[in-house]
Amino acid sequence: MDAILLQLLNGLDKGSAYALIALGLTLIFGTLGVVNFAHGAIFMIGAFCAVTLSKLFNMSHKATEPTGTDFLGNPKFDDILYVVDWFGEDAGAWMVDWAVPLAILFAVPIMLAVGFIMERGLIKHFYKRPHADQILVTFGLAIVLQEVIKYFYGANPIPTPAPEAFRGSFDFGVLLGFDPNAVIYPYWRLIYFAFSALIIGGVFAFLQFTTFGMVVRAGMADRETVGLLGINIDKRFTIMFGIAAAVAGLAGVMYAPINSPNYHMGMDFLVLSFVVVVVGGMGSLPGAVLAGFLLGILESFASMNEIKNILPGIDQIIIYLVAIIILLTRPRGLMGRKGVMED
Amino acid sequence: MLALTKKDLSLLLVVAVITLAAPIILNPFPSGSGMSQFNAGYPDLMQRFVIYGIFAIGFNILFGLTGYLSFGHAAFLGVGSYSAVWMFKLLSLNVIPAIMLSVVVAGLFSVLIGYVSLRRSGIYFSILTLAFAQMSFNLAYSVLTPLTNGETGLQLSLNDPRILDGASAATYPNLFGAQMNDSTTIALGNWSFTFSVGYYLCAILLLLAFYISIRIFRSPFGMMLRAVKSNQQRMNYTGLNTRPYTLAAFVISGMYAGLAGGLLASMDPLAGADRMQWTASGEVVLMTILGGAGTLLGPVLGAGFIKYFENIFSKINEGVLQAWFAFMPDGLQDFFVAIIYPFVGKGWHLTLGLMFMLVVIFLPGGLVEGGQRIGRMFRRKSRSETPDGKTTPAE
Repeated sequence: MDAILLQLLNGLDKGSAYALIALGLTLIFGTLGVVNFAHGAIFMIGAFCAVTLSKLFNMSHKATEPTGTDFLGNPKFDDILYVVDWFGEDAGAWMVDWAVPLAILFAVPIMLAVGFIMERGLIKHFYKRPHADQILVTFGLAIVLQEVIKYFYGANPIPTPAPEAFRGSFDFGVLLGFDPNAVIYPYWRLIYFAFSALIIGGVFAFLQFTTFGMVVRAGMADRETVGLLGINIDKRFTIMFGIAAAVAGLAGVMYAPINSPNYHMGMDFLVLSFVVVVVGGMGSLPGAVLAGFLLGILESFASMNEIKNILPGIDQIIIYLVAIIILLTRPRGLMGRKGVMED
Repeated sequence: MLALTKKDLSLLLVVAVITLAAPIILNPFPSGSGMSQFNAGYPDLMQRFVIYGIFAIGFNILFGLTGYLSFGHAAFLGVGSYSAVWMFKLLSLNVIPAIMLSVVVAGLFSVLIGYVSLRRSGIYFSILTLAFAQMSFNLAYSVLTPLTNGETGLQLSLNDPRILDGASAATYPNLFGAQMNDSTTIALGNWSFTFSVGYYLCAILLLLAFYISIRIFRSPFGMMLRAVKSNQQRMNYTGLNTRPYTLAAFVISGMYAGLAGGLLASMDPLAGADRMQWTASGEVVLMTILGGAGTLLGPVLGAGFIKYFENIFSKINEGVLQAWFAFMPDGLQDFFVAIIYPFVGKGWHLTLGLMFMLVVIFLPGGLVEGGQRIGRMFRRKSRSETPDGKTTPAE
C-alpha cells in the first residue's frame, strides 16, 4: 500500500511537467492549428531562465579582506556578491537562496516575448503550409535554440538548487498512519505539483471565465465566423501563443531544481509531450492534462521492482506502448474532438 | 537500356561516374596545401556519404512519394547494424550474408511496424513511428542487452564462433578475402588518391539502390504512391485500398535503411544503440528535405551535403579561423573570428539548423529546386531574346 502511494506521488511531478508542456502544445495546436516541435526548446529556455537568474545573483567582485594576510603574506581576497552590496547582507543571501522561485517573475515576460517573436516572426507564415512543413521548420528552430543555449551555457548540466527551506524531504506516510520513512517525498516536488495545478487551473479559469477566453474558445471552435463578427482573432491567438510559451517556460523554471538543466532537456521532454498530446487527443485541453498525469503515474508504477520482475524493461517503454494501444483503439485519443486532424 | 528513358539513363550514368570517380573528384586540393582540409576524398568520409545516401534514398521512397513523414527510420538502420554484426560473430566475416541478413531483418521489422503505424496518417503516423523507434532504442539499451550489449555496443571478439571461417581467415569484414579497410593509395605529384575496397562496395550498392529507386519512381506502383500523397481520400472513394501500396513503400524504405545499417556495420564492425535514437531519424529527414523530397537526386545530394559539412565545419577551430582572417587588421580579424566562431567547430549543428530552416521556409523543394530555379532563370533570359518566347493565354 505504501509503495503504491509512493509511486503515485512520484508520478505526480513528472506528470505535472508532461501536463504543463502538453497543455501549451495543445493551446497552440487548438488555436493556431500549428504543430510546434519547438515547444520542448521553450521549456528548456524556461529552465535556463532560472539558471541565468541564479548566475546573475551569484556574480561577485573581489575585495581585500581587512583582517589580514594569508601565510605567504599576500593580502586575502573575499568574493563579495553584488546583490549583497546592493541590497544588504540578509536580503542578498535571501535572493541567492530563492533564485529559482524569483526566476518565475523574471521568466514570465521573457517567455511571453519569446512566444510573440516566434509566432509573429516565423510561425505566422506557416499557417497555410502542410503540417509536415510546420513540423520541419519548428524542428529546425528547436535545433537552433538548443545550440544557442549550448553555446552560451556549455553542454554540461548546471545544478540549480531549490531554496534551503524546501530542500529536505517530507515524511508523507506518517500523516496517513504508515511507518516513518515509508513514504518520503521531497518538498520541492510537492511544490512543483501544487504550482502546476495552480497554473493549469489558472489557464482553464482564464479560458472559461474571461471575455478574452470566451473569444478564444469561440475562435478555436470556428475561426472564420469569429473573424466575420469583426473580432481580430489573429491578435488573440498570438497572445495565446505567448501564454502557451509562458506555461512551458514556467514548467521549465520550476523543473530546474529537480533535474539540472542541460541544453537537450527540451528534446527529451518534447517527444514524450507529443505522445501525451496525441494520447489525450489533439486539440483537447482537459485531455492533455489528464494524459500527462496518467502517463507520468503509469511510468512511475512501471518502474516498481515488483512489476519490473514480471515484465523486464517495461518502465522504458510503457509510455510508448500505451500511446500505441490508445492510438490504435481510440483513434482520436482519450478526449479528442471530432474533426481535428482527421485527414 | 536497363529499361530507362534517355533522361533517366543519363542521370544514372552521371551519378555512376561521380560515385566511381569520387576518390579523385573529392580530392581537388594537393595534400599538404592549406586547402587540403576541404578534401573529402578519404574512405571513411566517402563511405558515410554513400551509406547515408542509400538511407536517404530509401526514406525518400516513403516520404517523397507517399508524403508519410516517418520519425522512426533510424530504428531500421540500427536493426540492420545489429543483425550484420551478429552475422559476423556467428557465421562468417564475409559481408554478403551479413548484408543480406540485415536487409531481411529490417524488412521484417518494418512489416511489423508499418502494419500497425500505417493505420493512421498525418501527424499520428509520425508519432506512432517515433514511439516505435524510441521503444526499440530504449529496449536495446536495457532489456535486450544480451542481444545488443547495451551501452558498450555490439563488437566482434576473438572467441566468436564464426562457423564458416577457417582459422586462417581474415579478421576484418571482407568480401571473399578483400578486406573492407584495404586500400591502395596512388600518388600523382602532390595529390594522393585513396581507393578503398569498402568504398567501392558501398558505391556499387548505392548505384543499385539508385537504379531501383528510379524504376520505382517511373513505375505504375510509384504513380500509385504519388496518388496517395496528392489525395488519399479520393483513392479510397474510388474503391481502392491504398494500404498495401503504402505498406510496400514503407517496407522498401525500411529495407534500404537496413542495407545502410548493414553497410555501416561492415565498414566498422560495431553497432551501438545510439544509431536508433530519434535524433538519428531526424537526421535522415533533414537530409531528404535539404536535398529535395520527392526528387531522385535530392536525397543523395542532401546526405552528401550534410555529411560533408558536418565533417569539414566541425574541423574548423579558432586557430584555423585566425589564419583565414590574418590578412585583415587585428581588430577586424578578431571581430570576424568572433562572429563566425559560434557557427563552426562544435557549433556546426547551429549552422545546420539555420540552413534547414531557411530551406524549409524559402525553398520547400530543397537544393534540387534551388538548382532548377537557377537553371530556369538562365533559360528564361535566353528565351526572352528570341521573339517567340511569349506565352499565349490559356483560353
